[in-house]
Amino acid sequence: MEIVEERLRGLLMRGLDADAAAYQRFLKELSAHLRAFLRRRLAQRPDEVEDLVQETLLAVHNQRHTYRPEMPVTAWAHAIARYKLIDWLRSHAVKEGRNDPLDDADELFATSDSEAAEARRDLGQLLRTLPDKQRLPIEYVKLEGLSVVETARLTGLSESAVKVGVHRGLKALAAKIRGMS
Amino acid sequence: MKTDELIHLLATDDRPVQPVAIERRFAVASAVGIAGAGGLMLALFGLRPDLLATMALPMFWGKLVFAAALAAAGLALLRRMARPGMPLGLAALWLAVPPLVLWAMALGALWQVPATERVPLILGSTWRTCPFNIALLSVPAFVGGFWALKGAAPTRLAWAGAGAGLLAGALGALVYALHCPEMATPFLAVWYLAGMAIPTALGAVLGPRLLRW
Repeated sequence: MEIVEERLRGLLMRGLDADAAAYQRFLKELSAHLRAFLRRRLAQRPDEVEDLVQETLLAVHNQRHTYRPEMPVTAWAHAIARYKLIDWLRSHAVKEGRNDPLDDADELFATSDSEAAEARRDLGQLLRTLPDKQRLPIEYVKLEGLSVVETARLTGLSESAVKVGVHRGLKALAAKIRGMS
Repeated sequence: MKTDELIHLLATDDRPVQPVAIERRFAVASAVGIAGAGGLMLALFGLRPDLLATMALPMFWGKLVFAAALAAAGLALLRRMARPGMPLGLAALWLAVPPLVLWAMALGALWQVPATERVPLILGSTWRTCPFNIALLSVPAFVGGFWALKGAAPTRLAWAGAGAGLLAGALGALVYALHCPEMATPFLAVWYLAGMAIPTALGAVLGPRLLRW
C-alpha cells in the first residue's frame, strides 16, 4: 500500500505539473485498480464495470484540482471511487451485492486488473452531441491519438483553442453522463 | 470509446490546475454574500439609528465576533468537505465553540435575573422577525456557497449543503447585527441560531439535489 501510494503520488504530482506522460501512467495504473475494485463490487453487473471505470476516471480528471499534496493520493482516489460507486448504485436502485463497508482505501489498491472490457455506453456517441469547438479537438486527439500541435494544424484551431476545447468538452461529457443517470 | 483512448484524451488536457481554486471560490462567495446581504439590509431594514453609540458597547462587538467566528469555522470545514477523502480534523469541533460560549453566557445572564424577567430577556422585542430576517440576508451567500461547491467535489452532499447553509446563515447574521436592536445574550442564543438553522436545513435538503458531480 505504501509503495502504491508513493508511486501514484509521484506520478500524479508530476502530472499536475504538466508532465502528460506521467499523468497518463497515473491514470492507467489507477484504472487497473478501479477495474478490479468495481468488478468485485459489481459482481452481478459485469457489463457496467467498464462504464463506471471510465466515468470515475473522468471524475478524477475533472476534479484533480481538489487534490492537496498533504493528502494521500490513495485516500483521495478511493473517496472519488466510493462516491461514484454509491452514486451509481443509488441512481440504478441496485441493492449492493456485498454489504461490507466501503471505507477502506486498501480495498481499492490491493488488487488491479488491466484487462479492459468493452464499455457499454459509448462515450463516442455522447461526444457527437457536443458543439464542434469541443467535439473536433477531442475526436482528433482521441481517435487518431494525435498531439495537440497536430490537432491544431489539422483543425485550423489555435493550440490553446484545442486545449480549451478538450478541457470544456471533458466537463460537458461528465455533465451529460450525469444527466443520463 | 476504449478506456485507453479516454486516458490518452484526459492526459492531453494538461492545463495547469490551481490548487487553491476551492479556497478562492469560497472567498468570492463570502465577499459576494456579505456585499449582497449588506445591500439587502440597507434596502429593507436600514442600519440601527443608534449604531455609533452602540459601537461603544462590548455586546455589539460580541455579536459580530460570534457570527464571524462561526463563519470562519464554517469556511475551514467547507474547504475540507469540498475535497474527496480529506479528513475533517478539528474543523468540526471549532464549529461548536461559538454556540457553546454563547449558550454559557446566556445561561449566566438568565441566572442573574429574577424568574419573571427571564422570558422577556429571551424574547426581546423582535423575536418574531429576527430569524426570518437573518435567513433572508443569508440568500446571497447561500447561492454563492452552492456555486463554490459546484466547483468542487463534496462526497457527502447533504452535509456539504448544510455547511454552505450554515456559512450563509453566519454571514447573514453578521450583517443583520448592524440593524438588530437586541443586545441580550439569551436572545442571541436562541434567535440568531434559529435564523442560521433555516439556511442550514435548507442546504441539507438541497445539497443532494444540486451538488452531484
